[in-house]
Amino acid sequence: METVVQQLQGVPINHYLIFCAIIFAIGVIGVLIRRNVIIIMMSIELMLNAVNLLLAAFSVQHGDSSGQVFVFFIMALAAAEVAVGLAIIIMVYRNTKSVDIDSLNKLRW
Amino acid sequence: MSELVWLIPLLPLIGFIVNGLGRNTLSKGMVGTLGSAVVLISFVCSCILFAEVYQARQAGQAGIIEQHLFDWITVGNLKIGLSFLVDPLSAIMLLIVTGIGFLIHVYSVGYMHHDTGFGKFFAYLNLFIFFMLLLVLGSNYLVMFIGWEGVGLCSYLLIGFWYTNSSYANAAKKAFVMNRIGDLGFLLAVFLILGTFGSLEFSTVFPAAKNFAVGDITVVSITVLLFIAATGKSAQIPLFTWLPDAMAGPTPVSALIHAATMVTAGIYMIARSNVLFILSPFTLQLISVIAICTALLAAAIALTQNDIKKVLAYSTVSQLGYMFLGLGVGAFTGAFFHVLTHAFFKALLFLGAGSVIHGMSEEQDMRNMGGLKKAMPVTYLTMLIGTIAIAGIPPFSGFFSKDEILAGAFIASPVLWVLGFIGALMTAFYMFRMLFMTFSGTFRGTEQQKHHLHESPKSMTVPLIVLAILSVLGGVINLPAVLGGNHWLENFLSPVFSEGKALMPETHHLEHNTEYLLMAVSVVGVLIMVALAFNKYVKRGHLPETNDSARGFLSNLSYNKFYVDELYDNIVVRPINWLSTFFGNVVDQKGIDGVVNGAGKATFDTGKVLRLLQNGNVGFYLLMMVIGVIAIFIYGMLSL
Amino acid sequence: MTVFYFVAFLSIFFALMTIFTKNPVHSVLYLVITFFTFTVHYILLNAQFLAVVNFIVYMGAIMVLFLFVLMLLNLNKDTEPMKSNLVKFMGVIAGCCLLVTFFGVYRVFDISNPLTVVNPEIGLVKNLGKVLFNEFLLPFELSSLLLLTAMIGAILLAKKEPKQI
Repeated sequence: METVVQQLQGVPINHYLIFCAIIFAIGVIGVLIRRNVIIIMMSIELMLNAVNLLLAAFSVQHGDSSGQVFVFFIMALAAAEVAVGLAIIIMVYRNTKSVDIDSLNKLRW
Repeated sequence: MSELVWLIPLLPLIGFIVNGLGRNTLSKGMVGTLGSAVVLISFVCSCILFAEVYQARQAGQAGIIEQHLFDWITVGNLKIGLSFLVDPLSAIMLLIVTGIGFLIHVYSVGYMHHDTGFGKFFAYLNLFIFFMLLLVLGSNYLVMFIGWEGVGLCSYLLIGFWYTNSSYANAAKKAFVMNRIGDLGFLLAVFLILGTFGSLEFSTVFPAAKNFAVGDITVVSITVLLFIAATGKSAQIPLFTWLPDAMAGPTPVSALIHAATMVTAGIYMIARSNVLFILSPFTLQLISVIAICTALLAAAIALTQNDIKKVLAYSTVSQLGYMFLGLGVGAFTGAFFHVLTHAFFKALLFLGAGSVIHGMSEEQDMRNMGGLKKAMPVTYLTMLIGTIAIAGIPPFSGFFSKDEILAGAFIASPVLWVLGFIGALMTAFYMFRMLFMTFSGTFRGTEQQKHHLHESPKSMTVPLIVLAILSVLGGVINLPAVLGGNHWLENFLSPVFSEGKALMPETHHLEHNTEYLLMAVSVVGVLIMVALAFNKYVKRGHLPETNDSARGFLSNLSYNKFYVDELYDNIVVRPINWLSTFFGNVVDQKGIDGVVNGAGKATFDTGKVLRLLQNGNVGFYLLMMVIGVIAIFIYGMLSL
Repeated sequence: MTVFYFVAFLSIFFALMTIFTKNPVHSVLYLVITFFTFTVHYILLNAQFLAVVNFIVYMGAIMVLFLFVLMLLNLNKDTEPMKSNLVKFMGVIAGCCLLVTFFGVYRVFDISNPLTVVNPEIGLVKNLGKVLFNEFLLPFELSSLLLLTAMIGAILLAKKEPKQI
C-alpha cells in the first residue's frame, strides 16, 4: 500500500479539483439532456460521487479526518434518498404509466 | 365696566345658536323678539362703554378699555391672545353696528314676516352682528381677521338666502370669491406684520412702526396688501362688481351689510392702521386715485339704472369711494364722519326702498312705479330726507361729512376736488332721479299692484323715522370751526389719529374764505342738479328707454355697467375655467390616473410575462436552476 | 502518478457513456463501472474504508436498486423518450458554462501544492471509527434515524392500494 501511496504523492490538488469539476459537470449535463426520470436520478448520484471524491482528497491534504466522515454520511444519505426517490417514481409510473419528465407538467400556475 | 366688553359679542352669538337650532320649532314671534332683544342689550352695553370712554376723553385721557380673555396661540416667542380693545374709534363703531343693527332687526320682523325661512334669517343676522363686533372690538389683527372672514361668510349666507334661485346663488358665490381675493391680501399683510414686528397687537405694532423711515419698503408692502383687502371688502376698483349683484339678497340684508356695516370694515381697518398708512405716501396716493375713479365710475353707472336697489348699490360704491378718498388725502376724521352719516342715510334709503318694494308686491323696476307719494306718505317723507342728506344739502348730515372730505381733497390737490365735485353733482342727480321716478308723477304699475298698494306696518316705518331723525341731526357732532362748531368728533377721535398725525408732513389749513367758497360752490352745483332732475323726470315725465339701440352711446355704456363684468369674465373667469378643464381632463385623468393605473397595469403585465416562466416543465426548471447557480458563482467571484 | 491520470480518464469516459447511451440498462451498467473507477481513486488516496463502503453501498446496493426498478418498469431502448436537439444543445452549453465557472471561481489554474499525505493513518478504519464515534456521535445516531425513516417511507409509498371489489 505504502508504495502505491508514495508513488502518488505528486498529484497536485488542482488536478483533483479539475477532475471532480468535470465529473460534476457531466452529471449536470446528464440531468439536463435526459428525459427519463431514472437516468436523471443516476446523474444526480454521479454528482454526489464527484463531491465525495473531492472531500476525501481535501481531507487527505489537510490531514483532517472529518472530511472522510462527511463522505460517509453523504453516502448514507444518498442511499436513503435513492430509496425514497425510486418509490416515488414507481408511484408516478403507476398513475401516469410513463417515466417521461416532460409529462409531469402540473407544477404550474 | 370693562367686564362688559365680552358680553357685547357674546349675546348675538347666543342669539344665533338659539335661533339657529330652534328655527323650525320656535314661533315667529319668539324668534323675532329674541333676535332683536340680544342686539338691543348689546346696544345698551355699547352705550355704557361709550359713556365711559366719553368721560375718559373729557378728563383728557386716551379713553382706552382693554380686556384680555385668554391666550390663544403661544408658540415660542409668538403670543397672540383673544383680547378686545375699546377706544374712541371702536366705541363709535360699536354704537353704529349695534344701533343700526337693532333697527334693522325690528324692520326685518315686518319685512320677512311671510318668509318660510324666518328663523334662519334671524340666526344669520345675529351671526353677522357677532362677527362684525369681533372685527370692531379686536385688539390685534388676528381677531380682526376672524371678524373679517366671518362677515364675508355671513354676507354669502345672506345674499344667497333664497338659494333656490340659481342667479341669487351665483351672486352669493361671486361676493364670497371676490371677498376671498381681498382676504388673501389681508393674510399676506398679517404675515408681513408678524415677520416685521413680531406681534399682531395694535398696541405693539403702531408704536414700533414709528421707528421705520417714511416710505420704507416693508411698510409700503404691508399697506398695499391691506388696501387690497379693503378693496375686496369695501367694493373698490377692481373688486367692486359683487356689490350690485349682492342686491339679490333681502332688502334688510342690503341695508345692514352692504350699506352700514360690512362695507365700512375696510375703512375701519385703514383708519385703525393709520400710522402704517401715513408712513407710506405711495399707498395713500394709490388709495386716492382708486377711490376717486371708483366714485366717478359707480356714479356714472348709477345714472341709467332702472332697478331701485341697483341705484342704491352703485350709490354705496360711490360713497365708499368718497370715504377712501378721505383716507387717502389724510382726512381720517372726515372719512370716519362720512362712515357714520352714510350709515344713517344709506340704511334709511335701503329700508325705504324695501318698504316701497314691499308695498308694490315685490316690484323693483322704477319704470313701473310712480306717484307713490299719496299711498305711502311716511316712506316718501323719510326717503326724501335721506335723499337730501346724501346729495349734500345743508343742514343735513351728509353735507358736513362730504364737505370735510372735499376740503381735505382740495388741500391735497385741486384736481381731486374738481373730480369729487363732479361726483357729488352726479350723486345728487341720480338720487333725485330715483326719488322722482318712484314717488312723483302718475302710477305706471299694474292694476293688481295698485290694488295691494299700502303703507308698511309700524315695525317697518318706525326704524325709518328713527334713521331719518339721525340723518337730519347727525351733522352736529362734527361741525367745522368755520361754521362755528367745535369739531367734537375730531377731538374725540384724536388719540386714535394723533400718532399718525405727528408723522404727517406739515399740512396747511384752508383759509376760511376758501372754505366758504368751496361750500357755496358745491351747494349751488347740487341744487342746480336737483332742478335739472326735477325738470326731466317730473315736469316732462321722461322715462328711460328699454332697449339698447334707443339710447345714446354713453348711456349705453353706463347702462351696461361699462362692461366690467364681461371684462372680468374674459380675463379671469374663462382662463381659470380653461385651466381647470385642462387640469381635470389632461393632468388628472391622463396624468395622475395614468401613473396610478399605469403602475397597476405594469405590475399586471409584468406578472403576465413572468408567469410564463412557470410552465410546469421540470426540465426547464432544472435548466433555470443550473443557470442560477452559475450566476451566483459569477456574482460571488466578482464581488470578492 | 500516471495511474491517477489514467483512472481519471477512464472515469470521465465512462461517465460520458452513461449519459449519452439510449438504452437505460446500458446506462446503469456504465455507471457501475464509473463507480468502480471511483473506488480505485479512493484507494489511491489511502481512504480504505471509503473505498470499501463505496464498493458495497453504491455499486452493490444503489445500482442494483436502480436495475431492479428498470426491470420492474420494463424500460428499454424503444420506449426511451428523447429531448429535442435544441434542448440537448442548450443543456450541454449550460453544463459547460458551469464547468468554466467552476474553473474560474476556484482558480484551478494557479500553481498549487502537491498532494502530500500528512498522516497516512487517517484513512484507516480504526482511526476513522475513533473520530466517528467521538466527535460525530450525534450525526451518526441521527443518520441511523434517517435511514429508518427512509425505509418506512419507501415501503409506504410503494405499497399497492388494496383493491376494492
